Amino acid sequence: MVDTAETAAPRRTTNRGPGRLLIAVYILFAIAATSRAALQIATKFDEAPVAYSLSAVAALIYIVAAAGLARAGHAGRRLALACCSVELVGVLAVGVLSLADKALFPDETVWSQFGSGYGYVPLVLPVLGLAWLWRTRDASR
Amino acid sequence: MTGAAAAGSPVDGFLATASIVLSLVLALWSLVSAVRNRPPDRWQLIGLGVLELALLALAVVALVALAGGERPGEPGAFFGYLVTLVCLPPLAAVLARMEPTRWGSGIVCAVCLVTPVVVVRLQQTWEVLGG
Repeated sequence: MVDTAETAAPRRTTNRGPGRLLIAVYILFAIAATSRAALQIATKFDEAPVAYSLSAVAALIYIVAAAGLARAGHAGRRLALACCSVELVGVLAVGVLSLADKALFPDETVWSQFGSGYGYVPLVLPVLGLAWLWRTRDASR
Repeated sequence: MTGAAAAGSPVDGFLATASIVLSLVLALWSLVSAVRNRPPDRWQLIGLGVLELALLALAVVALVALAGGERPGEPGAFFGYLVTLVCLPPLAAVLARMEPTRWGSGIVCAVCLVTPVVVVRLQQTWEVLGG
């Protein structure tokens, strides 16, 4: 099947096929993280400012990553690449920190304990995102 | 005035159980479709429609209970989950229609795996203080 090119670049777009499934999961996590962060910050920010700020950052990253993958094109890919990288580093760093120093994160965040509260999907998601970006890049060569 | 609510939570009855079971059946069905390299079929869309009706009915039951003076344990989270819940099947349907390949079935599967979790969270946020 020949796709009608939506972007100027000849490379395979990130918003088709498996990419659309990936975007769907990113949207689900964007909704989950955004509403959770909004609620935590609105009702009890003082209890765990670090954890709740981090929830907000994570939420923002999920939104931007979904948008980047959905937009495809050069800018979209670069956005998605940056977000997935930050996400992977974030989930690993917060995972280690939340185990080493429990006082730093008195309440759960999306990334605590490597995302165990969310079935470890937060850990798998950036890896799948990076793999998908890599695959769609390779296909154009 | 939560004492009277101890007997039953409005989101913990037949409708909630039916939604969870239907959602899981739909997840399994769409997973089979995805594995067999099939795009989302009519039955997946009908299933999403029925699931949405069940969830809307659940939301109405919850709102009626609220109008009757009952209160969830965590009101903010409860409403968040309730709004999210009724948006999930339409989201799956729209995305699945955009992707008429096996991955569209994968989207339906993913959303139908998340829906039961949200139903359970909804029940937990009702019961935290009230039960």
